[in-house]
Amino acid sequence: MTPTTPSGADPSTGERLSTQDPPLLVERSGEGETPRREPEGGSSPRGPRRRRELADLPPVVRYAICAGILGAAYLLPWVGRVPVIGPQIQTQGIDWPSALFNMSYFVLLALGLNVVVGFAGLLDLGYVGFFAVGAYTVAVLASPDSDLDQRWPWLACVPVAIGVCLFSGLLLGWPTLRLRGDYLAIVTLGFAEIIRVFADSSSLLRGDRGLGSIPHPPGNWSDGSPIFSVRDATPYYWLGLTLIVLMVLAVRNLKASRVGRSWLAIREDEEAAELMGVRTVRFKLWAFAIGAAIGGFGGVLFAGEQGFLNSATFQLMFSVLVLAGVVMGGSGSIPGAILGGALISYIPDRLRGVQIAGTDAFEYRFLIFGLMIIIIMIFRPQGLLPDRRRVATTQDQEER
Amino acid sequence: MHFSEFWNDIGELTVTGLSQGSIYALFALGYTLVYGLLRLINFAHSEVFMVGSFAAVGTWKALGLDQNSQTPVLPVVLLLLVAALLVAALASGATALLVELVAYRPLRHRNAPPLAFLITAIGASVVLSEFVGILTHRRPQGVPPLVEPRPLVTIAGTQITNLQVGTIALALVAMFGLDVFIHRSRWGRGIRSVSQDPTTAALMGVNRSQVISLVFLLGGLMAGVAAVMYDLKIGGTRYDAGFALGVKAFTAAVLGGIGNLRGALLGGLCLGLAENYGAGVFGTEWHDVVAFALLVVVLMFRPTGLLGESLGRARA
Repeated sequence: MTPTTPSGADPSTGERLSTQDPPLLVERSGEGETPRREPEGGSSPRGPRRRRELADLPPVVRYAICAGILGAAYLLPWVGRVPVIGPQIQTQGIDWPSALFNMSYFVLLALGLNVVVGFAGLLDLGYVGFFAVGAYTVAVLASPDSDLDQRWPWLACVPVAIGVCLFSGLLLGWPTLRLRGDYLAIVTLGFAEIIRVFADSSSLLRGDRGLGSIPHPPGNWSDGSPIFSVRDATPYYWLGLTLIVLMVLAVRNLKASRVGRSWLAIREDEEAAELMGVRTVRFKLWAFAIGAAIGGFGGVLFAGEQGFLNSATFQLMFSVLVLAGVVMGGSGSIPGAILGGALISYIPDRLRGVQIAGTDAFEYRFLIFGLMIIIIMIFRPQGLLPDRRRVATTQDQEER
Repeated sequence: MHFSEFWNDIGELTVTGLSQGSIYALFALGYTLVYGLLRLINFAHSEVFMVGSFAAVGTWKALGLDQNSQTPVLPVVLLLLVAALLVAALASGATALLVELVAYRPLRHRNAPPLAFLITAIGASVVLSEFVGILTHRRPQGVPPLVEPRPLVTIAGTQITNLQVGTIALALVAMFGLDVFIHRSRWGRGIRSVSQDPTTAALMGVNRSQVISLVFLLGGLMAGVAAVMYDLKIGGTRYDAGFALGVKAFTAAVLGGIGNLRGALLGGLCLGLAENYGAGVFGTEWHDVVAFALLVVVLMFRPTGLLGESLGRARA
């Protein structure tokens, strides 16, 4: 709490402008050239050191590192064969490919929610609603249990499901996006709850009896056996990972585009953005719809792997967890969202089947998980891999 | 649509709605007080309530009563209720203070961004609910039949039970007491001043940390009272009882205008009524949908809730 005197007000605003200017200039000069995008904000003297080093490397090396990480991610199902550390990483109480698959759809959700919360600064507590919309669209169109009895193949459902998610994002956003921060949070929470009640009570979605026999994604190995089966979750993980890569590319470009800059302006100061001619409601709607679509991809993937959905699948706590992942990773940062999303799924799964002082940690896994969330947030309030610009903004506000 | 049944039952629906709504209102106070002061959604408040509901059951159990015992005589019942109210309020208040100390204070010292508070709150909520869940083996705990619901008065053909009258009366008394405390006492003036302008309040000699702790304590006490009423109404409690009810209570707070004490009362009662009327017209399974639809409609026309945001703002 610094005492503010009338004479102290002017220098502080001057200071604020000077700290915000350099990143803006960097961003503009990098426009059009994708390779330069990553060092965005790199000239800021306050960025965390680790990432500036990565950004300072020549593009070839950087791409090589990214390719290496990506390759390692595709090989993760066999990490158990790596001596010494491998078995430590692998989950014990749940088979490792399934755990990896769970991580992959949590990462997808975190990426989508990061667009809404991290980029546009809209607090969405009901994100699971879009996940449910995506998954249920597939189930209703494809499952033989559904009253529509369409029995579409999985792949044909995907574009429809994503379309429905986009539309539901717009539908929810249209009446609610005029609300400010925390009001929006409760309304979105209500939206997720309405979706759940609807899944519980509507005859089309069959409540807790659910919709079964949802077809798996298509494709056969060379010996004629299906790639996507119930026996092995590895191909689903690879599919999820591929979707993640595509989404990361899309989201990264969006962040640097006109839309992304508008989101940023809205997040920092909505009134100022509006005054500068940013159509705030329109861009907030965009954020909602794009976030919803990415969540829909998560739902489509989930429905394809599980083959069965019922109303108990989509608990509110789910979206709260995804939000925790996004913020834990570092709100507004894409690597952060990936790490956070993976952690919220990995930590509880890893704790299954672990013996702590003679008892199974399975029972305590969420207790330990909750404690870890608190500890991470206390020691890294900006998140594990924070977004540079966000850090600059909060430091800036502290000084004001 | 069951309009004819709805008109027949309207009296009963109103009374159940009001008694449900008064539980929401008391519960909502914790959200509204903390929000008014810190602009923070205290996500862990639902678990504060849950701890209170277990404290009450624990008290009765410690005094030798469980769900199979006989209903004791009236003076004993009253004593038991008062004991449970005290223990539950204190347990909830202590939990709220603990959450503030462990999850929020360290972040405040580090000037963390607002979202970080929300996430530690979520963490605290998970920890508390899992902790109680493990202690109780995730089994529901039954409440002894202390109050036999008996029609007390009949107004226009609607029977109102003693439990409903008690719930509504207790909620009104507790809220009136809190309102007086906030608007008349020296401590209350401290709370209002910090919520108006933390920096100036600190310069004027208000101890901000103490005021924040006090607000968490007050919210906890009210949640404890609500928890006892919930126990009696439902006849049991679970380790995850807080979450769903907490969502509703927070909705009530927003509906009335978050940060506004009287708004919490109005919001709670409106939400309780709307839910029950909605259940009467569309069927029980839709009552949540009606509640949230009401919220969206109200916020579209009054973006800061029915009475607007103000803990200190409206009348200083």
